[in-house]
Amino acid sequence: MADPVEDGVLTEAEAGRAARAAPKIRIRNLFKYFGPLRAIDDVSIEIAEGTFFVIVGPSGCGKTTLLRILGGLEQVTRGAVELSDPAQGRPHYSMVFQGDSIFPWMTVWDNAAYGLKMRRAPKAEIESAVSHWLDRTGLARYAHLYPHQLSGGMRQRVSIARAFANNPEILLMDEPFSALDEQNKTILQQELLRIWEADKKTVVFITHSVDEAVTLGDKIMVMTASPGRTKTIIDVPLERPRRVLELRQDPRYGEIVYGIWEHLKDEVERARS
Amino acid sequence: MSAVTVEDIGERKRIAAKRRDSILSVVSPLLLLAAWEAAARLQLIDVRFFPAPSTIVSALIDSAQSGELLDNTAISLERLVLGFFLGGVPALILGIIMGISRPIRAVADPLIAATYPIPKSAILPLILLIFGLGEMSKIMMVAIGVFYPIAINATAGVLQINKIYLDVGTSFRAGRWETFRTIALPGALPFIMTGVKLGAGLGLILIAIAEMVGAKSGLGYMIWSAWETFSVEKMYVGLFMIAIIGFIMTLGLNELEKWLIPWKTES
Repeated sequence: MADPVEDGVLTEAEAGRAARAAPKIRIRNLFKYFGPLRAIDDVSIEIAEGTFFVIVGPSGCGKTTLLRILGGLEQVTRGAVELSDPAQGRPHYSMVFQGDSIFPWMTVWDNAAYGLKMRRAPKAEIESAVSHWLDRTGLARYAHLYPHQLSGGMRQRVSIARAFANNPEILLMDEPFSALDEQNKTILQQELLRIWEADKKTVVFITHSVDEAVTLGDKIMVMTASPGRTKTIIDVPLERPRRVLELRQDPRYGEIVYGIWEHLKDEVERARS
Repeated sequence: MSAVTVEDIGERKRIAAKRRDSILSVVSPLLLLAAWEAAARLQLIDVRFFPAPSTIVSALIDSAQSGELLDNTAISLERLVLGFFLGGVPALILGIIMGISRPIRAVADPLIAATYPIPKSAILPLILLIFGLGEMSKIMMVAIGVFYPIAINATAGVLQINKIYLDVGTSFRAGRWETFRTIALPGALPFIMTGVKLGAGLGLILIAIAEMVGAKSGLGYMIWSAWETFSVEKMYVGLFMIAIIGFIMTLGLNELEKWLIPWKTES
């Protein structure tokens, strides 16, 4: 269980952000060990409401572990994770998993309704939320199909619809597009931007792709290789609404990507050695 | 909203292949029967042991008219069905619980592993001793036979469920019962159906054996008494009925599987 830890020392940038509105997510001096292996080493982050927060880092840097801790799927070894209380009748968070996570034994509709059903939402709410989100994700026509009848890209859209339909305060996304081909990835990134820019939920998004991080994020946290630490947090000043393809022509986009690579380069090399 | 048409160019070919398979599965036993009839008429086989199918059919009509066949079939089926549920339902529950709970698995697994290899027919005398010559001993034999494959397959079925589905359940706050109902049970269902099919087959074997030794009715008894009076045709009638029951059972269970597991992909 989490030991409550006394106020740790915040960096200047963090202190500055803390002075503003109360953060949606506050992680303080988080440590996570798997046996003797230190996966996460003293990470402190604050994420303001409505931020698209991306965590990028080399594989094995503990970014997925960090997300799984936020999602209640992993215990912390030491430190504190606080999520601000959700509004009445809304869940804290929903998670979009890496790879195939929708149930093969449920239709698209039942998959999308899963979170709402588990929290016993009223029938009418389930009905309207699911049809709304299947519509938004372009799946309305496939509502009665089973996952094996869908392509990989469509299955991942079901997973996104399932998370959004649950109407959470926070969305946790663990490399949701990493298993997709380049075209599908680009299309889904654009769709995610469109959906997200409409209602600006707080998102924590994990990826190993720097391009994806810059395309989607407001803030990008670069993590060091094992043990996972915060290397730096970068603001992405690109304005919204964003268009994935046009972004790539923007010189600022290239600069930001380059800047992040500078931070990551050493880490990737360290992870390889 | 317009209707969905999912284009699938392989679909027609698959349907044709399926139709061909089902025709073949009907034709092959018919061919065997025809060959048998011909061989018997041409005296290529000893008709004392292998009477021609046509004489078996007339014996079948005789025993059907006397009511003997239907009575025996009905009582065997009744024992089979009762035994199936008596063994199958606890097996299903225990099997799934074993799959979910580590400690229960640790307790029950060695017991199942130790008793499973005992031939079920070998415990018939013990069952007769405990339950007597009445209905219960026959039903118990079926139940014991059905129990193992269903329990073992249900456990294996739960254990092979991809962990990510359980994570999804946890992450969407599915409770214990909900995890069982929405993840463990449907996730294990394909394996469970395999166990049910194996168990049903085993149950049929065991009911025939049990009726040969400790019964005065049923198809097993009919076959055994035919041997004692050397009415070979009647023996074949009994065997034929058991084969028919097995065949219909398999067809029925396959249909049940299709209905229960609509997400199962064709192989």
